[in-house]
Amino acid sequence: MSENKFWNRELISGALAGALLKLDPRRQMKNPVMFVTMAVAALVTGGILAGLPRVSGFDAQIALWLWFTVLFSNFAEALAEGHGKARAESLRKARVEITARLLAEGHEKKVPASRLRKGDLVVCAAGDFIPGDGEVVEGIASVDESAITGESAPVIRESGGDRSAVTGGTRVISDRIVVRITADAGKSFVDRMIALIENASRQKTPNEIALTMVLAALTIVFLLAVGSLKLFADYSAAAAGQDLSGTVTVPVLASLLVCLIPTTIGGLLSAIGVAGMDRLVRRNVVAKSGRAVEAAGDIDVLLLDKTGTITLGNRMAAAFIPAPGVQERELAEAAQLASLSDETPEGRSIVVLAKTKFELRARELHPHEAHFIPFSANTQTSGVELLDAEHRPLRKILKGSIAAIKAECAAFPPELEAAQAEVARAGGTPLAVMDNGRALGVIHLKDIVKGGIRERFAQLRKMGIKTVMITGDNPLTAAAVAAEAGVDDFMAQATPESKLARIRAEQAAGRLVAMTGDGTNDAPALAQADVAVTMNTGTQAAREAGNMVDLDSNPTKLIEIVEAGKQLLMTRGALTTFSISNDVAKYFAIIPALFGALYAAGGKAGPLAALDVMRLHSPQSAILSAVIFNALIIMALVPLALRGVKYSPMNAQALLRRNMFIYGVGGVIAPFGGIKLLDMLIVAAGLVK
Amino acid sequence: MDKYDVLQLLLYLSALLTFSYPLGKYLASALDDSSGLQRRLFGAAEKLIYRVCSINPAEQMGWRRYAAALLWFNLLGLAAVFALQLLQRALPFDPNGAGPVSPALAFNTAVSFMTNTNWQAYAGETTLSYLTQMAGLGVQNFLSAATGIAVFAALTRGLTARRTQGLGNFWADITRITIRVLLPFSLIAAFMLVGQGVVQTFVPDKVVTTVEGERQVVPLGPAASQLAIKQLGSNGGGFFNANSAHPLENPTPLSNFLEMLLLLLLPAACVHAYGAMIGDKRQSRLLFAVMLSLWAAGLAVAVYSEYYSAPAALGANLMEGKETRFGVMNSLIWSVSTTCASNGSVNAMHSSLSPLAGGTALFNIMLGEVIFGGVGAGMYGMLLFVLLTVFLCGVMVGRTPEYLGKKIEKREIQMAMAGILAPGAAILAGAALSCALPSALASLSAKGPHGLTELLYAWSSASGNNGSAFAGINANTTFYNVGLGIAMLIGRFAVILPCLAIAGSMTTKQVCPPSAGTLPTDTATFGVLLSAVILIVGGLTFFPALALGPLAEHLLMLKGVFF
Repeated sequence: MSENKFWNRELISGALAGALLKLDPRRQMKNPVMFVTMAVAALVTGGILAGLPRVSGFDAQIALWLWFTVLFSNFAEALAEGHGKARAESLRKARVEITARLLAEGHEKKVPASRLRKGDLVVCAAGDFIPGDGEVVEGIASVDESAITGESAPVIRESGGDRSAVTGGTRVISDRIVVRITADAGKSFVDRMIALIENASRQKTPNEIALTMVLAALTIVFLLAVGSLKLFADYSAAAAGQDLSGTVTVPVLASLLVCLIPTTIGGLLSAIGVAGMDRLVRRNVVAKSGRAVEAAGDIDVLLLDKTGTITLGNRMAAAFIPAPGVQERELAEAAQLASLSDETPEGRSIVVLAKTKFELRARELHPHEAHFIPFSANTQTSGVELLDAEHRPLRKILKGSIAAIKAECAAFPPELEAAQAEVARAGGTPLAVMDNGRALGVIHLKDIVKGGIRERFAQLRKMGIKTVMITGDNPLTAAAVAAEAGVDDFMAQATPESKLARIRAEQAAGRLVAMTGDGTNDAPALAQADVAVTMNTGTQAAREAGNMVDLDSNPTKLIEIVEAGKQLLMTRGALTTFSISNDVAKYFAIIPALFGALYAAGGKAGPLAALDVMRLHSPQSAILSAVIFNALIIMALVPLALRGVKYSPMNAQALLRRNMFIYGVGGVIAPFGGIKLLDMLIVAAGLVK
Repeated sequence: MDKYDVLQLLLYLSALLTFSYPLGKYLASALDDSSGLQRRLFGAAEKLIYRVCSINPAEQMGWRRYAAALLWFNLLGLAAVFALQLLQRALPFDPNGAGPVSPALAFNTAVSFMTNTNWQAYAGETTLSYLTQMAGLGVQNFLSAATGIAVFAALTRGLTARRTQGLGNFWADITRITIRVLLPFSLIAAFMLVGQGVVQTFVPDKVVTTVEGERQVVPLGPAASQLAIKQLGSNGGGFFNANSAHPLENPTPLSNFLEMLLLLLLPAACVHAYGAMIGDKRQSRLLFAVMLSLWAAGLAVAVYSEYYSAPAALGANLMEGKETRFGVMNSLIWSVSTTCASNGSVNAMHSSLSPLAGGTALFNIMLGEVIFGGVGAGMYGMLLFVLLTVFLCGVMVGRTPEYLGKKIEKREIQMAMAGILAPGAAILAGAALSCALPSALASLSAKGPHGLTELLYAWSSASGNNGSAFAGINANTTFYNVGLGIAMLIGRFAVILPCLAIAGSMTTKQVCPPSAGTLPTDTATFGVLLSAVILIVGGLTFFPALALGPLAEHLLMLKGVFF
């Protein structure tokens, strides 16, 4: 869903209906600010109805705008939910009417997917939808997961190992697998995802609750301030010998109250939360709770796997280091020949390097002129045997680990020994090449750090987040890659136990830890981490242990998740500040409107008329424009609430200054202009005296 | 304002800055019991108290026990002062024959002194016996001050606690604060005041014939001993009705300077003590700077009002009710300090200040008595504002807020909001109620906006535990005695209990090391925001009320209308 589709017609009409449905007081109770607004609107409306048939046009307009204030807030929430619903709908379509082939006592039985229980075994053949979340216990198949990931290329799922998890609603494209169901119907991954993005099971996060508390407390204070104002006004009127009962009326005090209580943030709070979840979903990440998203914004330490996250998955040939007396070109040619049949990325990278460096074309070898020696774990080598016309071995070229080649060849020159040590020190992997028992040289295989990752880490450092690279490599290699990638720390020769211990140690020091993982052996560490993002390709155990699932299985996404968490909190903070700052201008509009004539003598304006710095047309126009501004600002800020405040990595202090300037200072100034403008429009339209 | 005014102000500020720092360090080591010298000097007396009361000073209390001890202790004090007033005729040391006090007034006075408010609906020289003054009010002057400092200490310990459950021991805190800090410094101050001519005697009032041949009663009594703690412990309840505007309570310019200094000294020292206790002076220095700036801003408004705004409207300074012996500047420093510091003593009647100067005094109290504030009370009130500011800043930068490395969560925010808003709510509710009752309005001496200011001031003074009077309101009626008494209780305990609850929930929290993502709380940016939050919360709550009171009066004065 792209950003400019906020205002798509279907969503809007759905949200309009939703706005009306949400007027149910039981729903409003959850939001004290809007509940008070609605109660006040009802009170003013009741007053108007009681006074029928005489209706003051001014009072009616106030009542109308108070209702609009509530409706606008409902609309914002409904719109945010609409985005989630649209997505959930497509998920739900994928899920309906699946018939499962339940395997019971060796027989297949057709049952509706909704009857499946945890532990059931089901068979899925090519063309079948997988009826529920589960684990492949038998077979291998390619599965189309586009319904949940949006990625059209099928993925391989097989029993055992780290690719055994399957998701309900995805479709088997080839082969046949047996799946053990791991979630009861209605509690599957997709169900949870739908419930979360539809706002049905979205629970308020701790921070949201704390903010609601602050807003509720402010609302109580303003209730008291406005309530007591009525009595102070009565006192002042009596003292001045004036009659203010025509100006200080219930609708006017209601307007003042609604203008003062933080309706802007109160009205958008829920929409911000829903939109925050939706933003993650749009990035193809499903959080199991809103709490996890918020926690992501607080992360202090990020544990990242080296392979796939920091480096490209594969090593690449970076250099040929010939033995004494050997030309580099000769070494390159031999290495290329030895790698021609090697389909691994490393092998291909050797062919490519030889080509780019010496313009050596990869030769087309026919079976009758060459015999390929595939890699085996036993020999640790692979290569090629060139044959003469009689199919007799002519030349045998091997490449492989230093130790294996050493054992094969007659003499291993000390210069090469030094060269391979140098390669290892630089974080690379050395491969040796030999031709008919003669060591030709060493190939430097290098981990390739992903482009732009260094800058990402620098950003994280600015945000105060420490990155730790986790790798199974030896410390020497790990240190070299860590230095190149610019991570703050690394863990070499990591095991699942050492990962878990590291997380515990960081947490004991008071830090919040995030990590990504996919394997079953990651599960304990994932469960221990505060924010654990599991790859969708991961095992079911890992997906259960984590609190977020990345449907794209892209480990770098953790960084985006952190930003999304921060953005969610910041959007709330910014709108709270804006909302409270607005009150200054509203006081300056309404207090002189109420009391401008108080203590007036000799036909001149009263003392408090001096507070009317905006020079508004009349008391009525001033009050009405403040109320209208208060209602419209909610609508004006809906896009911001849904999109979130812009986040750019910088330290907390700088970020605070920037946001305070925009939303605090801006929040004080903006309504002065807005109210003045509305005042002019209202007068031009002849809406009030 | 002339050069002597400026000189006095500078002298006052430098004395405050010079003496508050060492006193703060001394206070911190008393609270931590970390000074060998103090133990040698006072250990014996304390041990005696511990033995008599069977207190184990090393026993740690959780927040609930600490709060329960505090409440029982204060209730006992309340009962004692109440009983003393009703029975004073039957008790010794009543040379002037003060009769029993009415129950409503006795309740009001007992609450007032127990809560460190020292609102006085009575006139000391005619209503109370010397025994009630000394054993009742004098004792409470010490104990209510000690209570405030104890809460401050408990909250500080909660904020810094590393893996402990305890907030300290209430009984030990009260004993140490009284024996090591309040008593010795009051003694020194009392001697200095006696040296300046403040009376200290058990002799009954004297009747003299003046040079004009008039008969005049000269009220006497043990004033100096009470006066010292009244200023030092931010109590403010005068021995005489006129408080420090009375020549026998404040005889010379030097005594005036001394009393003004004592007024802010211990509250300011509490800020330094905070820095010493948390081991981070940058934090306390920032809070000190914030308080001093707000104090200076208030003084600037008052000075502007008295020296420039009022003379422009009147053609002369407003001198009615000012301390003419010491000059307007001293009245202003005193009025701003006493309302900032929740002290409540006066050397000029605030009703006589020009509208904006009186409004400043009123607004200072409405801000929650956190600009230095009462002893201990100012710091714990300020810390509630710090927590709120940290929370708001935290959401602004997208990170769960932390203060001193501890996360501020739902419960802390809930409690902080309760503590910050309760006194304000009491002010508005009380003042509104008074406006609705004709009998309550009958107590006002002034009409128009000035009358409303009187009313707001009385309720603010009670809720803020300040105790100063705007004067002009007759508060000795059953409605005000009971109503203001309740406001004082709310203003005191609806802040203390949330503070202790926060201390309790903070003890168990883990300390996270700061990172670049953590918002530092010792920078100018934070200071500005903290000040803004304090002013905005106060301003938004009270702007309508202030507009109808002091602001309207000021604007009317500019038009030549006076009240």
